[in-house]
Amino acid sequence: MEEIKDVVLEYVIEEYLEDEDEEITYDTPLISGGIVDSFSMVSLKRFLEARYKISIPDEKASPEAFDSVNKIVELVKEFIG
Amino acid sequence: MGYSDKVRKMYQAQIKGIHDAGIFKQERFIHSSQAADIEVEFPIGSSLKKVINMCANNYLGLSSHPEVIKAAHEGLDSRGYGMSSVRFICGTQDIHNELEKKVTEFLGTEDTILFPSCMDANAGVFEAILTEEDVMISDRLVHASIIDGIRLCSAMHDTYKHSDMDHLEKKLQLHADKRLKVVITDGVFSMDGDTAKLDEMVELCEKYDAMLFVDDSHSTGFIGKTGRGTHEHCGVFGKIDIITTTFGKALGGASGGCVSGRKELVEMCRQKARPYLFSNTIAPVVVSGVLKVLDILSQSTERRDKLETNTEYWRKGLTEAGFVLQPGDTPIVPVMLFNAKLSQDFSRDLYDEGIYAIGFFFPVVPNGKARIRTQISAGHEIHHLDKALNAFIKVGKKYDILGKTKQDIIDMYGL
Repeated sequence: MEEIKDVVLEYVIEEYLEDEDEEITYDTPLISGGIVDSFSMVSLKRFLEARYKISIPDEKASPEAFDSVNKIVELVKEFIG
Repeated sequence: MGYSDKVRKMYQAQIKGIHDAGIFKQERFIHSSQAADIEVEFPIGSSLKKVINMCANNYLGLSSHPEVIKAAHEGLDSRGYGMSSVRFICGTQDIHNELEKKVTEFLGTEDTILFPSCMDANAGVFEAILTEEDVMISDRLVHASIIDGIRLCSAMHDTYKHSDMDHLEKKLQLHADKRLKVVITDGVFSMDGDTAKLDEMVELCEKYDAMLFVDDSHSTGFIGKTGRGTHEHCGVFGKIDIITTTFGKALGGASGGCVSGRKELVEMCRQKARPYLFSNTIAPVVVSGVLKVLDILSQSTERRDKLETNTEYWRKGLTEAGFVLQPGDTPIVPVMLFNAKLSQDFSRDLYDEGIYAIGFFFPVVPNGKARIRTQISAGHEIHHLDKALNAFIKVGKKYDILGKTKQDIIDMYGL
Protein backbone atom coordinates (compact mmCIF):
# COMPACT_ATOMS: atom_id res chain seq x y z
CA MET A 1 0.00 0.00 0.00
CA GLU A 2 3.06 2.23 -0.18
CA GLU A 3 1.88 3.54 -3.52
CA ILE A 4 -1.43 4.98 -2.26
CA LYS A 5 0.45 6.80 0.49
CA ASP A 6 2.72 8.50 -1.98
CA VAL A 7 -0.04 9.29 -4.44
CA VAL A 8 -2.07 10.99 -1.70
CA LEU A 9 0.92 12.86 -0.30
CA GLU A 10 1.88 14.14 -3.74
CA TYR A 11 -1.69 15.22 -4.45
CA VAL A 12 -1.97 17.09 -1.13
CA ILE A 13 1.34 18.89 -1.73
CA GLU A 14 0.41 19.82 -5.27
CA GLU A 15 -3.15 20.81 -4.44
CA TYR A 16 -2.98 22.59 -1.11
CA LEU A 17 0.49 23.83 -0.24
CA GLU A 18 0.92 27.46 -1.23
CA ASP A 19 4.42 27.79 0.17
CA GLU A 20 7.02 25.65 -1.60
CA ASP A 21 9.18 25.47 1.52
CA GLU A 22 6.42 23.94 3.60
CA GLU A 23 6.95 20.27 4.35
CA ILE A 24 4.40 17.68 5.36
CA THR A 25 4.61 14.05 6.37
CA TYR A 26 2.18 11.16 6.28
CA ASP A 27 0.97 12.16 9.75
CA THR A 28 0.79 15.95 9.44
CA PRO A 29 -2.69 17.10 10.52
CA LEU A 30 -4.23 18.44 7.32
CA ILE A 31 -7.64 19.79 8.30
CA SER A 32 -7.12 20.44 12.02
CA GLY A 33 -3.70 21.84 11.05
CA GLY A 34 -5.26 24.35 8.68
CA ILE A 35 -3.55 23.02 5.53
CA VAL A 36 -6.75 21.77 3.90
CA ASP A 37 -9.97 23.68 4.56
CA SER A 38 -13.13 21.66 4.81
CA PHE A 39 -14.38 23.29 1.57
CA SER A 40 -11.43 21.97 -0.39
CA MET A 41 -11.81 18.45 0.96
CA VAL A 42 -14.31 17.75 -1.81
CA SER A 43 -11.67 17.75 -4.52
CA LEU A 44 -9.54 15.30 -2.55
CA LYS A 45 -12.53 12.99 -2.15
CA ARG A 46 -13.38 13.20 -5.84
CA PHE A 47 -9.75 12.64 -6.80
CA LEU A 48 -9.56 9.48 -4.68
CA GLU A 49 -12.86 8.19 -6.05
CA ALA A 50 -11.77 8.72 -9.63
CA ARG A 51 -8.26 7.36 -9.13
CA TYR A 52 -9.24 4.20 -7.25
CA LYS A 53 -12.65 3.72 -8.83
CA ILE A 54 -14.39 3.73 -5.46
CA SER A 55 -17.29 5.61 -3.93
CA ILE A 56 -16.80 7.09 -0.46
CA PRO A 57 -20.17 7.84 1.22
CA ASP A 58 -20.46 11.42 2.52
CA GLU A 59 -20.90 10.21 6.11
CA LYS A 60 -17.51 8.48 5.91
CA ALA A 61 -15.81 11.53 4.40
CA SER A 62 -15.53 13.36 7.71
CA PRO A 63 -12.87 15.96 8.48
CA GLU A 64 -11.43 13.47 10.99
CA ALA A 65 -11.11 10.73 8.36
CA PHE A 66 -9.28 13.14 6.05
CA ASP A 67 -6.98 14.63 8.68
CA SER A 68 -3.71 13.03 7.57
CA VAL A 69 -2.32 11.12 4.64
CA ASN A 70 -2.20 7.94 6.74
CA LYS A 71 -5.85 8.31 7.75
CA ILE A 72 -6.87 8.92 4.16
CA VAL A 73 -5.02 5.77 3.10
CA GLU A 74 -6.92 3.77 5.75
CA LEU A 75 -10.18 5.12 4.39
CA VAL A 76 -9.30 4.34 0.79
CA LYS A 77 -8.22 0.79 1.72
CA GLU A 78 -11.58 0.22 3.35
CA PHE A 79 -13.33 0.80 0.03
CA ILE A 80 -10.85 -0.80 -2.35
CA GLY A 81 -11.76 -4.06 -0.63
CA MET B 1 -33.60 35.16 32.86
CA GLY B 2 -31.73 33.50 29.99
CA TYR B 3 -28.95 36.06 29.92
CA SER B 4 -27.41 35.02 33.23
CA ASP B 5 -24.13 36.21 34.72
CA LYS B 6 -22.59 32.98 33.48
CA VAL B 7 -23.63 33.70 29.90
CA ARG B 8 -22.51 37.33 30.15
CA LYS B 9 -19.10 36.28 31.48
CA MET B 10 -18.70 33.78 28.68
CA TYR B 11 -19.18 36.53 26.08
CA GLN B 12 -16.96 38.93 28.04
CA ALA B 13 -14.21 36.33 27.95
CA GLN B 14 -14.63 35.94 24.19
CA ILE B 15 -14.43 39.70 23.65
CA LYS B 16 -11.35 39.85 25.88
CA GLY B 17 -9.85 37.12 23.72
CA ILE B 18 -10.39 39.27 20.63
CA HIS B 19 -8.72 42.20 22.44
CA ASP B 20 -5.81 40.05 23.60
CA ALA B 21 -5.26 38.72 20.09
CA GLY B 22 -4.88 42.32 18.93
CA ILE B 23 -7.71 42.01 16.39
CA PHE B 24 -10.41 44.05 18.14
CA LYS B 25 -12.04 46.35 15.61
CA GLN B 26 -12.70 49.90 16.75
CA GLU B 27 -14.89 52.30 14.78
CA ARG B 28 -13.72 55.82 14.07
CA PHE B 29 -16.49 58.42 13.94
CA ILE B 30 -16.48 60.70 10.90
CA HIS B 31 -18.27 64.00 11.56
CA SER B 32 -18.31 65.18 7.95
CA SER B 33 -19.65 63.75 4.70
CA GLN B 34 -17.55 61.14 2.91
CA ALA B 35 -14.84 62.81 0.80
CA ALA B 36 -11.08 63.17 0.39
CA ASP B 37 -11.03 65.60 3.34
CA ILE B 38 -12.86 64.33 6.40
CA GLU B 39 -13.15 65.23 10.09
CA VAL B 40 -12.62 62.31 12.43
CA GLU B 41 -13.17 61.68 16.13
CA PHE B 42 -10.63 59.09 17.18
CA PRO B 43 -10.18 57.79 19.77
CA ILE B 44 -13.80 58.25 20.83
CA GLY B 45 -14.17 61.41 22.90
CA SER B 46 -11.12 63.15 21.45
CA SER B 47 -11.36 66.42 19.54
CA LEU B 48 -12.02 66.36 15.81
CA LYS B 49 -9.08 65.99 13.49
CA LYS B 50 -8.98 66.93 9.80
CA VAL B 51 -7.43 64.12 7.82
CA ILE B 52 -7.13 62.94 4.22
CA ASN B 53 -9.07 59.78 3.60
CA MET B 54 -6.94 57.18 1.83
CA CYS B 55 -9.03 54.09 2.53
CA ALA B 56 -12.58 54.67 1.26
CA ASN B 57 -14.19 52.74 -1.59
CA ASN B 58 -15.25 56.16 -2.90
CA TYR B 59 -13.30 55.47 -6.11
CA LEU B 60 -15.08 58.01 -8.28
CA GLY B 61 -15.54 60.66 -5.60
CA LEU B 62 -19.31 60.52 -6.04
CA SER B 63 -20.32 59.82 -2.43
CA SER B 64 -21.03 63.50 -1.79
CA HIS B 65 -21.34 64.80 -5.35
CA PRO B 66 -23.79 67.76 -5.50
CA GLU B 67 -25.74 66.34 -8.46
CA VAL B 68 -26.14 62.99 -6.72
CA ILE B 69 -27.29 64.68 -3.51
CA LYS B 70 -29.77 66.81 -5.49
CA ALA B 71 -31.17 63.74 -7.28
CA ALA B 72 -31.49 61.93 -3.94
CA HIS B 73 -33.39 64.91 -2.50
CA GLU B 74 -35.75 64.89 -5.48
CA GLY B 75 -36.27 61.15 -5.12
CA LEU B 76 -37.04 61.58 -1.44
CA ASP B 77 -39.62 64.27 -2.25
CA SER B 78 -41.30 62.45 -5.12
CA ARG B 79 -41.15 58.79 -4.01
CA GLY B 80 -40.97 59.07 -0.22
CA TYR B 81 -38.65 57.63 2.39
CA GLY B 82 -39.46 53.92 2.67
CA MET B 83 -41.48 51.17 1.03
CA SER B 84 -42.57 49.21 4.10
CA SER B 85 -42.79 46.11 1.95
CA VAL B 86 -40.72 43.55 0.10
CA ARG B 87 -40.57 43.85 -3.68
CA PHE B 88 -43.22 41.30 -4.69
CA ILE B 89 -45.93 42.52 -2.32
CA CYS B 90 -46.02 46.32 -2.70
CA GLY B 91 -42.36 47.32 -2.48
CA THR B 92 -41.53 47.97 -6.15
CA GLN B 93 -41.63 51.46 -7.64
CA ASP B 94 -41.16 52.52 -11.24
CA ILE B 95 -37.69 53.77 -10.32
CA HIS B 96 -36.60 50.32 -9.12
CA ASN B 97 -37.51 48.96 -12.52
CA GLU B 98 -35.80 51.92 -14.21
CA LEU B 99 -32.60 51.30 -12.25
CA GLU B 100 -32.60 47.60 -13.17
CA LYS B 101 -32.88 48.53 -16.85
CA LYS B 102 -30.11 51.15 -16.59
CA VAL B 103 -27.73 48.75 -14.81
CA THR B 104 -28.43 46.11 -17.48
CA GLU B 105 -27.51 48.59 -20.18
CA PHE B 106 -24.43 49.83 -18.31
CA LEU B 107 -23.06 46.33 -17.67
CA GLY B 108 -24.01 44.97 -21.08
CA THR B 109 -26.04 42.07 -19.70
CA GLU B 110 -29.54 40.69 -20.39
CA ASP B 111 -31.33 41.58 -17.14
CA THR B 112 -30.75 42.79 -13.57
CA ILE B 113 -32.32 42.35 -10.15
CA LEU B 114 -31.65 44.70 -7.23
CA PHE B 115 -30.70 43.41 -3.78
CA PRO B 116 -30.45 45.30 -0.47
CA SER B 117 -26.67 44.88 -0.73
CA CYS B 118 -24.11 42.99 -2.80
CA MET B 119 -23.56 40.86 0.30
CA ASP B 120 -27.22 39.84 -0.07
CA ALA B 121 -26.84 39.32 -3.82
CA ASN B 122 -23.93 36.96 -3.22
CA ALA B 123 -25.72 35.25 -0.35
CA GLY B 124 -28.83 34.59 -2.45
CA VAL B 125 -27.74 33.92 -5.99
CA PHE B 126 -26.16 30.45 -5.81
CA GLU B 127 -28.97 28.85 -3.85
CA ALA B 128 -31.47 30.28 -6.35
CA ILE B 129 -29.86 28.81 -9.46
CA LEU B 130 -28.07 25.61 -8.39
CA THR B 131 -28.91 22.27 -6.77
CA GLU B 132 -26.96 19.33 -5.35
CA GLU B 133 -26.43 18.05 -8.91
CA ASP B 134 -24.16 21.02 -9.66
CA VAL B 135 -20.72 22.29 -8.69
CA MET B 136 -19.30 25.70 -7.79
CA ILE B 137 -15.58 26.17 -8.44
CA SER B 138 -14.27 29.31 -6.77
CA ASP B 139 -10.96 31.19 -6.61
CA ARG B 140 -9.42 30.70 -3.15
CA LEU B 141 -9.38 34.46 -2.50
CA VAL B 142 -13.00 35.36 -3.28
CA HIS B 143 -14.78 37.81 -0.99
CA ALA B 144 -16.31 36.61 2.29
CA SER B 145 -19.86 37.29 1.07
CA ILE B 146 -19.39 34.83 -1.79
CA ILE B 147 -18.17 32.21 0.66
CA ASP B 148 -21.35 32.75 2.67
CA GLY B 149 -23.46 32.33 -0.47
CA ILE B 150 -21.62 29.13 -1.32
CA ARG B 151 -22.25 27.80 2.18
CA LEU B 152 -25.98 28.41 1.79
CA CYS B 153 -26.13 26.44 -1.46
CA SER B 154 -26.51 22.67 -1.69
CA ALA B 155 -24.30 22.32 -4.78
CA MET B 156 -20.85 20.77 -4.40
CA HIS B 157 -18.06 23.27 -3.84
CA ASP B 158 -14.43 23.18 -4.85
CA THR B 159 -11.68 25.79 -5.11
CA TYR B 160 -8.74 26.59 -7.35
CA LYS B 161 -5.50 28.36 -6.45
CA HIS B 162 -5.72 32.13 -6.76
CA SER B 163 -5.80 33.11 -10.46
CA ASP B 164 -4.15 29.80 -11.42
CA MET B 165 -5.73 28.91 -14.76
CA ASP B 166 -4.04 25.50 -15.03
CA HIS B 167 -5.46 24.55 -11.67
CA LEU B 168 -8.91 25.84 -12.67
CA GLU B 169 -8.77 23.73 -15.81
CA LYS B 170 -7.92 20.63 -13.76
CA LYS B 171 -10.94 21.31 -11.55
CA LEU B 172 -13.20 21.74 -14.56
CA GLN B 173 -12.00 18.34 -15.80
CA LEU B 174 -12.43 16.75 -12.36
CA HIS B 175 -16.05 17.90 -12.18
CA ALA B 176 -16.94 17.30 -15.82
CA ASP B 177 -19.74 14.92 -14.83
CA LYS B 178 -21.72 17.54 -12.93
CA ARG B 179 -24.98 18.87 -14.41
CA LEU B 180 -24.03 22.55 -14.12
CA LYS B 181 -20.64 24.06 -13.38
CA VAL B 182 -20.16 27.65 -12.19
CA VAL B 183 -16.72 29.24 -11.98
CA ILE B 184 -16.69 31.98 -9.35
CA THR B 185 -14.27 34.90 -9.03
CA ASP B 186 -13.95 38.50 -7.91
CA GLY B 187 -13.29 40.91 -10.80
CA VAL B 188 -10.78 42.93 -8.79
CA PHE B 189 -9.63 41.24 -5.58
CA SER B 190 -10.23 43.62 -2.72
CA MET B 191 -7.17 42.94 -0.58
CA ASP B 192 -4.44 42.70 -3.24
CA GLY B 193 -6.03 44.88 -5.94
CA ASP B 194 -5.20 42.41 -8.72
CA THR B 195 -7.57 41.65 -11.58
CA ALA B 196 -9.03 38.26 -12.54
CA LYS B 197 -7.93 36.82 -15.89
CA LEU B 198 -11.42 36.97 -17.30
CA ASP B 199 -10.35 36.52 -20.93
CA GLU B 200 -8.75 33.17 -20.12
CA MET B 201 -11.60 32.24 -17.83
CA VAL B 202 -14.21 32.86 -20.53
CA GLU B 203 -12.24 30.57 -22.86
CA LEU B 204 -12.02 27.82 -20.25
CA CYS B 205 -15.70 28.14 -19.40
CA GLU B 206 -16.64 27.84 -23.07
CA LYS B 207 -14.36 24.83 -23.49
CA TYR B 208 -15.77 22.99 -20.47
CA ASP B 209 -19.35 24.21 -20.70
CA ALA B 210 -19.31 26.13 -17.43
CA MET B 211 -20.98 29.40 -16.42
CA LEU B 212 -18.85 32.30 -15.22
CA PHE B 213 -19.71 34.38 -12.14
CA VAL B 214 -17.87 37.65 -11.41
CA ASP B 215 -18.27 39.91 -8.37
CA ASP B 216 -17.29 43.29 -9.80
CA SER B 217 -17.87 45.37 -6.68
CA HIS B 218 -14.35 46.83 -6.76
CA SER B 219 -14.55 47.52 -10.53
CA THR B 220 -17.96 48.74 -11.67
CA GLY B 221 -17.80 52.39 -12.68
CA PHE B 222 -14.07 52.71 -13.24
CA ILE B 223 -12.29 49.57 -14.56
CA GLY B 224 -12.23 49.34 -18.36
CA LYS B 225 -12.08 52.19 -20.86
CA THR B 226 -15.62 53.36 -20.14
CA GLY B 227 -15.74 52.04 -16.58
CA ARG B 228 -18.08 49.12 -17.21
CA GLY B 229 -15.92 46.73 -15.21
CA THR B 230 -13.36 43.96 -15.51
CA HIS B 231 -15.25 42.34 -18.41
CA GLU B 232 -14.68 45.49 -20.46
CA HIS B 233 -11.05 45.67 -19.31
CA CYS B 234 -10.42 42.03 -20.33
CA GLY B 235 -12.24 42.27 -23.67
CA VAL B 236 -15.09 39.92 -22.71
CA PHE B 237 -17.93 42.44 -22.42
CA GLY B 238 -21.26 40.62 -22.82
CA LYS B 239 -19.72 37.21 -22.12
CA ILE B 240 -20.13 36.98 -18.36
CA ASP B 241 -23.12 34.89 -17.28
CA ILE B 242 -23.54 36.40 -13.82
CA ILE B 243 -22.18 39.70 -12.51
CA THR B 244 -22.83 40.88 -8.99
CA THR B 245 -21.90 44.37 -7.99
CA THR B 246 -22.54 47.06 -5.39
CA PHE B 247 -23.82 50.62 -5.29
CA GLY B 248 -22.00 51.00 -1.98
CA LYS B 249 -18.58 51.77 -3.42
CA ALA B 250 -17.85 53.74 -6.63
CA LEU B 251 -21.50 54.21 -7.63
CA GLY B 252 -22.33 56.78 -4.96
CA GLY B 253 -21.37 54.60 -2.02
CA ALA B 254 -24.72 54.53 -0.22
CA SER B 255 -25.95 50.94 -0.25
CA GLY B 256 -27.51 48.27 -2.41
CA GLY B 257 -26.33 45.73 -4.93
CA CYS B 258 -27.54 43.58 -7.76
CA VAL B 259 -27.30 40.39 -9.76
CA SER B 260 -27.00 41.12 -13.48
CA GLY B 261 -26.65 38.57 -16.24
CA ARG B 262 -28.52 35.94 -18.24
CA LYS B 263 -32.22 36.72 -18.05
CA GLU B 264 -33.27 33.24 -16.91
CA LEU B 265 -30.77 33.34 -14.05
CA VAL B 266 -32.04 36.77 -12.99
CA GLU B 267 -35.61 35.46 -13.17
CA MET B 268 -34.65 32.52 -10.95
CA CYS B 269 -33.33 35.04 -8.40
CA ARG B 270 -36.61 36.95 -8.61
CA GLN B 271 -38.52 33.75 -7.86
CA LYS B 272 -36.21 32.12 -5.31
CA ALA B 273 -33.46 34.32 -3.86
CA ARG B 274 -34.20 34.68 -0.18
CA PRO B 275 -32.60 38.09 0.52
CA TYR B 276 -34.73 39.46 -2.35
CA LEU B 277 -37.91 37.73 -1.22
CA PHE B 278 -37.67 38.41 2.50
CA SER B 279 -36.15 41.87 2.77
CA ASN B 280 -37.04 45.37 1.59
CA THR B 281 -35.11 46.48 -1.44
CA ILE B 282 -33.06 49.66 -1.83
CA ALA B 283 -34.78 52.82 -0.49
CA PRO B 284 -36.16 55.25 -3.12
CA VAL B 285 -33.75 57.97 -2.06
CA VAL B 286 -30.78 55.71 -2.82
CA VAL B 287 -32.28 54.45 -6.09
CA SER B 288 -32.63 58.07 -7.23
CA GLY B 289 -29.00 58.77 -6.35
CA VAL B 290 -27.71 55.71 -8.21
CA LEU B 291 -29.76 56.62 -11.31
CA LYS B 292 -27.99 59.98 -11.34
CA VAL B 293 -24.59 58.33 -10.86
CA LEU B 294 -25.20 56.12 -13.92
CA ASP B 295 -26.25 59.22 -15.90
CA ILE B 296 -23.02 60.97 -14.93
CA LEU B 297 -20.89 57.94 -15.85
CA SER B 298 -22.68 57.36 -19.15
CA GLN B 299 -22.08 60.95 -20.25
CA SER B 300 -18.35 61.14 -19.61
CA THR B 301 -15.35 59.05 -18.60
CA GLU B 302 -13.74 62.08 -16.97
CA ARG B 303 -13.95 60.72 -13.43
CA ARG B 304 -12.57 57.24 -14.16
CA ASP B 305 -9.82 58.86 -16.28
CA LYS B 306 -8.87 61.11 -13.37
CA LEU B 307 -8.87 58.10 -11.06
CA GLU B 308 -6.51 56.30 -13.44
CA THR B 309 -4.14 59.29 -13.52
CA ASN B 310 -4.27 59.64 -9.73
CA THR B 311 -3.57 55.93 -9.29
CA GLU B 312 -0.53 56.07 -11.57
CA TYR B 313 0.77 59.14 -9.71
CA TRP B 314 0.29 57.50 -6.31
CA ARG B 315 1.81 54.16 -7.28
CA LYS B 316 4.80 55.86 -8.93
CA GLY B 317 5.39 58.10 -5.88
CA LEU B 318 5.34 55.19 -3.45
CA THR B 319 7.55 53.06 -5.68
CA GLU B 320 10.14 55.83 -6.10
CA ALA B 321 10.10 56.39 -2.32
CA GLY B 322 11.13 52.75 -1.91
CA PHE B 323 8.03 51.05 -0.53
CA VAL B 324 7.20 47.42 -1.31
CA LEU B 325 3.87 47.45 -3.15
CA GLN B 326 1.57 44.65 -4.20
CA PRO B 327 1.81 44.73 -8.01
CA GLY B 328 -1.26 45.82 -9.97
CA ASP B 329 -2.90 48.69 -11.81
CA THR B 330 -6.15 49.25 -9.90
CA PRO B 331 -6.86 52.04 -7.37
CA ILE B 332 -6.30 49.51 -4.58
CA VAL B 333 -2.62 50.01 -3.75
CA PRO B 334 -1.43 47.86 -0.82
CA VAL B 335 1.75 49.05 0.89
CA MET B 336 3.30 45.85 2.21
CA LEU B 337 4.64 45.82 5.78
CA PHE B 338 4.30 42.04 6.45
CA ASN B 339 4.32 42.37 10.26
CA ALA B 340 0.91 42.91 11.94
CA LYS B 341 2.15 45.21 14.71
CA LEU B 342 4.16 47.30 12.25
CA SER B 343 1.02 47.79 10.16
CA GLN B 344 -0.88 49.03 13.21
CA ASP B 345 1.95 51.33 14.36
CA PHE B 346 2.40 52.66 10.85
CA SER B 347 -1.33 53.42 10.55
CA ARG B 348 -1.35 55.25 13.89
CA ASP B 349 1.64 57.38 12.92
CA LEU B 350 0.05 58.22 9.57
CA TYR B 351 -3.04 59.37 11.44
CA ASP B 352 -0.87 61.67 13.55
CA GLU B 353 0.37 63.11 10.25
CA GLY B 354 -3.20 63.71 9.08
CA ILE B 355 -3.55 60.65 6.88
CA TYR B 356 -6.34 58.13 7.43
CA ALA B 357 -5.27 54.68 6.17
CA ILE B 358 -5.87 51.42 7.96
CA GLY B 359 -3.53 48.51 8.62
CA PHE B 360 -4.80 45.08 7.58
CA PHE B 361 -3.45 41.91 9.12
CA PHE B 362 -4.44 38.32 9.84
CA PRO B 363 -7.20 37.07 9.60
CA VAL B 364 -8.29 39.71 7.05
CA VAL B 365 -5.16 38.95 4.99
CA PRO B 366 -2.90 35.86 5.29
CA ASN B 367 -0.45 35.67 8.17
CA GLY B 368 2.77 37.51 7.35
CA LYS B 369 1.16 39.67 4.68
CA ALA B 370 0.12 42.67 6.80
CA ARG B 371 -0.21 45.90 4.88
CA ILE B 372 -1.66 49.39 4.71
CA ARG B 373 -4.30 49.19 2.00
CA THR B 374 -4.53 52.56 0.29
CA GLN B 375 -7.41 53.32 -2.06
CA ILE B 376 -7.27 56.15 -4.53
CA SER B 377 -10.23 58.30 -5.52
CA ALA B 378 -11.13 60.68 -8.32
CA GLY B 379 -12.02 62.94 -5.38
CA HIS B 380 -8.32 63.22 -4.54
CA GLU B 381 -6.41 66.20 -5.93
CA ILE B 382 -2.65 66.09 -6.47
CA HIS B 383 -2.11 68.12 -3.29
CA HIS B 384 -3.91 65.37 -1.30
CA LEU B 385 -1.68 62.72 -2.81
CA ASP B 386 1.45 64.78 -2.24
CA LYS B 387 0.61 65.34 1.40
CA ALA B 388 -0.17 61.64 1.87
CA LEU B 389 3.06 60.68 0.11
CA ASN B 390 5.12 62.97 2.35
CA ALA B 391 3.49 61.42 5.41
CA PHE B 392 4.18 57.89 4.15
CA ILE B 393 7.82 58.81 3.51
CA LYS B 394 8.20 60.40 6.96
CA VAL B 395 6.73 57.37 8.72
CA GLY B 396 8.59 55.00 6.39
CA LYS B 397 11.88 56.66 7.41
CA LYS B 398 10.98 56.36 11.08
CA TYR B 399 10.66 52.58 10.69
CA ASP B 400 13.61 52.43 8.28
CA ILE B 401 11.78 50.47 5.61
CA LEU B 402 12.35 52.71 2.57
CA GLY B 403 14.35 50.97 -0.15
CA LYS B 404 14.19 47.74 1.80
CA THR B 405 13.11 44.43 0.30
CA LYS B 406 10.41 42.16 1.64
CA GLN B 407 13.08 39.99 3.24
CA ASP B 408 14.80 43.03 4.83
CA ILE B 409 11.53 44.13 6.44
CA ILE B 410 10.77 40.60 7.64
CA ASP B 411 14.29 40.32 9.08
CA MET B 412 13.81 43.61 10.96
CA TYR B 413 10.25 43.11 12.25
CA GLY B 414 9.47 39.42 11.88
CA LEU B 415 6.33 37.95 10.34
